[in-house]
Amino acid sequence: MKKKNLLIGIFVILPSIIAIAIFVYGFISWTARTSFSNWNSFSALLRGQYKFVGLRNYIRLFQDSRFQTDLWNTLFFTIFFLFGTISLGIIMAILVDKGLKGSRWFQNLFLFPMAISFVVTGTVWSWIFAPGNIPSNPQGLNLLLHKLGLDKLMWGWYTSTQTIGKFNVALIPVIIAAMWQLSGYTMAMYLAGLRGIPNDIIEAAKVDGASEWKIFWKVKMPLLTPITLSAFIILGHISLKIFDLVFAMTGSGPNFVTDVPAIYMFELTFRSNRYALGSAIAIIMLLFVAVVIIPYLVTNLRGEKR
Amino acid sequence: MKKFFSYFFLVIIAIYIITPLYVLLATTFKPLNEIGVSDMWNLPQHWSLRGIIKAFQKLLPNLKNSFYLTIPATIISAFIGSINGYVFSKVRFKGANIVFALILFGMFIPYQSVLFPLIRFLQKINLYGTITGLIIVHIVYGIPITTLIFRNYYSEVPNELVEAAYMDGAGFFKTYSKVLFPISIPAFVVVIIWQFTSIWNEFLFAVTVTSNPAKQPITVALVNLAGSQVVEWNVQMAGAIITALPTIIIYVLLGKYFIRGLLAGSVKE
Repeated sequence: MKKKNLLIGIFVILPSIIAIAIFVYGFISWTARTSFSNWNSFSALLRGQYKFVGLRNYIRLFQDSRFQTDLWNTLFFTIFFLFGTISLGIIMAILVDKGLKGSRWFQNLFLFPMAISFVVTGTVWSWIFAPGNIPSNPQGLNLLLHKLGLDKLMWGWYTSTQTIGKFNVALIPVIIAAMWQLSGYTMAMYLAGLRGIPNDIIEAAKVDGASEWKIFWKVKMPLLTPITLSAFIILGHISLKIFDLVFAMTGSGPNFVTDVPAIYMFELTFRSNRYALGSAIAIIMLLFVAVVIIPYLVTNLRGEKR
Repeated sequence: MKKFFSYFFLVIIAIYIITPLYVLLATTFKPLNEIGVSDMWNLPQHWSLRGIIKAFQKLLPNLKNSFYLTIPATIISAFIGSINGYVFSKVRFKGANIVFALILFGMFIPYQSVLFPLIRFLQKINLYGTITGLIIVHIVYGIPITTLIFRNYYSEVPNELVEAAYMDGAGFFKTYSKVLFPISIPAFVVVIIWQFTSIWNEFLFAVTVTSNPAKQPITVALVNLAGSQVVEWNVQMAGAIITALPTIIIYVLLGKYFIRGLLAGSVKE
């Protein structure tokens, strides 16, 4: 009887396993194979004359100044977005967790952007950060600054081509929009964590005369380390592959100031038929994400076994 | 004093969260002649439904497409996840954890890494550019998350319950339909909210699989709305509201489950 159920069970999940084997692992190897090929035009693909060109596409990418910009943008976007979203999420969680009157209302408000598509977020923020003609005809936030008499603070937002070192300042509005979308989610993770901390630990620290500040940093935050790790992984893998928000909000921007690998990949593959180069970007993106995700999955599932 | 500062910061953050909402609503209900650059932060002087009517007319076919896409994809992937979750939590077979990890990995991959072969595959089976093709895509790539949520849910159910059903002579499917399925409603609610929201909001597959505007889901149509020559901001903001409305309604009505769904998506609860 048990054996029969085992067989049925395996039979039942077989379609899912086959689907994932093809749609995930099969297609990834197909993409990898394409990335080593000469399929950089539609006719090459049609002729199907597959020629192995080794790492040529990868070398070409790393020499390509647009792709270099993409890598720097990904790096800075990830750092600032992670730092900003997690700090804001923690602050939201602390404030909401105080049990003040109306905190439930604030909590619901902070979470609501999560329900919305990145495309909508990008569309709305592109209107808010639209610079207009400075100083004669400012738009969006610049207009608000102008009305407040803060003309000096007006700038080009996502159209600015200024840099600080390798950092394109035009990324700032994009980061602000991404934070808007995901800080509530981070708050929810921390709230779940904070509410799981046993009260007697906090009480004991209070009896020892620890200040609220000290309790937070010395008692609560260490207990919340797994949450912080999860937040890093989840936000990190979102940021490494960010696409829709940038696509809807700014596109590549002037001089590719807001370009990211996903946008470049999309243009190469679907606009200029350069499948091999596009596939090479896709594989690089996969490697970035895998470096973050695989150790996480392994430790998570191992931890469960014990 | 402490309380004052807490409220102070709460209000500042709330302003950050509300600002886009304000702009969205204020712009939507303005007549075109008030959308001049100089009054974007003002409330409409004359409230107008023109923008929202125009956006609705333009987006209605795509709104329908999104429903045709999201509803079946959500329901089917929920059922697949439920039965998979049963197997992965209650049928002990060798290597289950490794197989599960391999499935789970599919949840995190950048979809760019499967996109080109996927499109070629859909072309070959003649489903490229169709809603049906998109439904299949969302069902397959939904398997990891739906399986995960149900597996976590069923692992809380005592094994004895399942064993007892087997003892009573119930088979594999009967045990599922008589024992597990009836207590699965909370998990189904979470999975359905999660899948509905993410499929509704999805953009990358939608924009690459459907090139014909008549077949595109609403997220793609919204971006294209911005691409037209003269930017009618009231129409565009109205379009954003129409696009966001179904998931906002879910959020407002089923907030508690929505949050549970979100947290379930972060692997560990």
